[in-house]
Amino acid sequence: MNAPAYNFAYLDEQTKRMIRRAILKAIAIPGYQVPFASREMPMPYGWGTGGVQVTAAILGPSDVLKVIDQGSDDTTNAISIRKFFAKTAGVETTTSTADATVIQTRHRIPEAPLHAGQVLVYQVPIPEPLRFLEPRETETRRMHALGEYGLMHVKLYEDIARFGHIATSYAYPVKVNARYVMDPSPTPKFDNPKMDNCPALQLFGAGREKRIYAIPPYTRVVSLDFEDHPFTRYRFDAPCALCAADDSYLDEIITDDQGSRMFVCSDTDYCEGRQAQGHRGTESAAPHKEGAHG
Amino acid sequence: MYVAVKGGERAIENAHRLLAHERRGDRDVAEVSLAQISEQLSLAVDRVMSEGSLYDRELASLAIKQARGDMIEAIFLVRAFRATLPRFGATEPVDTGRMAVRRRISSTFKDIPGGQILGPTFDYTHRLLDPQLAEGHVPEPPATAEASPAAMPRVTDILGRDGLIEPSPQADVDTPVGDLTREPLSFPADRDLRLQNLARADEGFLLALGYSSQRGYGRNHPFAGEIRFGEVEVEFFAEDVGFAVPLGAITLTECQMVNQFKGSATEAPCFTRGYGLAFGQSERKTMSMALVDRTLRARELGEEVVAPSQDEEFVMSHSDNVQATGFVEHLKLPHYVDFQSELGLLRKLRREFEAADASPPMQEAAE
Repeated sequence: MNAPAYNFAYLDEQTKRMIRRAILKAIAIPGYQVPFASREMPMPYGWGTGGVQVTAAILGPSDVLKVIDQGSDDTTNAISIRKFFAKTAGVETTTSTADATVIQTRHRIPEAPLHAGQVLVYQVPIPEPLRFLEPRETETRRMHALGEYGLMHVKLYEDIARFGHIATSYAYPVKVNARYVMDPSPTPKFDNPKMDNCPALQLFGAGREKRIYAIPPYTRVVSLDFEDHPFTRYRFDAPCALCAADDSYLDEIITDDQGSRMFVCSDTDYCEGRQAQGHRGTESAAPHKEGAHG
Repeated sequence: MYVAVKGGERAIENAHRLLAHERRGDRDVAEVSLAQISEQLSLAVDRVMSEGSLYDRELASLAIKQARGDMIEAIFLVRAFRATLPRFGATEPVDTGRMAVRRRISSTFKDIPGGQILGPTFDYTHRLLDPQLAEGHVPEPPATAEASPAAMPRVTDILGRDGLIEPSPQADVDTPVGDLTREPLSFPADRDLRLQNLARADEGFLLALGYSSQRGYGRNHPFAGEIRFGEVEVEFFAEDVGFAVPLGAITLTECQMVNQFKGSATEAPCFTRGYGLAFGQSERKTMSMALVDRTLRARELGEEVVAPSQDEEFVMSHSDNVQATGFVEHLKLPHYVDFQSELGLLRKLRREFEAADASPPMQEAAE
């Protein structure tokens, strides 16, 4: 049996070229979903194969890669993807948002502002923002082509009529460059404003659904809303228990079976950076130890 | 004092180590060999090759061993490997009419040129557990005879001579056959892509869809015109030498369904076709595939699309078990931040609900 040999960053160069062409088209038409011939990757569909293919296609030997899931560098899937590229591309990896040139993410945008030259690669499960209103791809592509987004506004209006609020708390739809309605991937809507006028390039990869889309640097990204019901961010109203940050998105941690809970930064790099600067929350935190609760 | 959850890296390594241990099972029991899997679980190997879209018994056996017998996991392993293979070109179309037949039956004619050949089949066995098989049983050698020199024309070709069945569409040599692993799929999809999708599709999914069409959801009155299983030659047109060179033989199962006829003011009525083809001996798969191929031709044949099995976007978007299992199982991944966002919204809505409940009734809000 021949032992298989793999190319730099796993994908063969032909496949990378195909993906890069899709990425270039996506950048040229901000928010438009470009079909691409997604490959079977050695991790399951739904676990980041789209993001992994985009990262593999853009990664160069001098890149520094950061991978986060739920804002954290230490969730198992983030570790698994980071190890995959460390092994197949041999690139340097980091947990620092500022030091990374490529950041692959699932469900969060880092708290630290991104800078020009960085690329944020999102893993996308369902790229079509209209999918839950219209299951057919043939139909939704037509709606995008005609800019026919009335259905989405009706959905948001119905939320307000029923609940008094727009009842979408994550994967909150945005309009990109005043043209395409786009799914920001299942990030909490807290992160939506970070996409607007962002100096970094934002790439979105959906492997199972075979779509790539993009927000070029400094592009207008607007969360859909109404004049009398403007878009609002949600954040639990408390400082982080570890670093006292009052501007970061918080994870709720259940600490016992009596209903006790605490709130800590979901972005671990941000939280650790603040602690290193001497910020302290109500819970004094020990330095993180591998395997402490693992 | 709270310490954030860490240690994922070591946890993953240890989980993989434990998995390898569990895969091996009791070390006092002999390890299963790839040859044993290939020879004695051959139908499992056939399925992994078919749905994995890679004709390699050894790699399929390895995948089954590595996946601890989980078929979809094994198919996934083969697919991921296949995706990395370079393409040298496409072979000539195989000619199943010239198959070295090991089994061939027709349910539409009692006798056919070349005869009905039962071959190795579970059909007509009584499904009684056989305690003899538990250990050390040596089966009788099979009965043999000289192979018949008679040709075995396809039953659908016999029907076709009288125009009773629609002709098989002729390949346009200038139009390459579609490949949904190299080009993104878009709808509506032509029959070449549909058949490729069905050939890779989950056997259970196709079985249920085909079954639903038999029970009236998109019914099309099928007859198993012919099922044949055996070896066919694979040839590759080599540009350098200017002719097709044989690469070897592969084992295939082909099913041709003969379905309800259609006609119009300008066309005489004739039977229609549903087609199934898979690696190895895969009869359930090819029969289900042929049923669904036919139901998916509803649009082409001017039939009303009323059932799931007739809806190509529904069928093709959900037939791939590697995609399906990935997305279903991704729910195991953390969703903390989205859930937190939902919790926040729900708490807010409940607070408002309780506040509204506690306050005196307000007048009806004007819409």
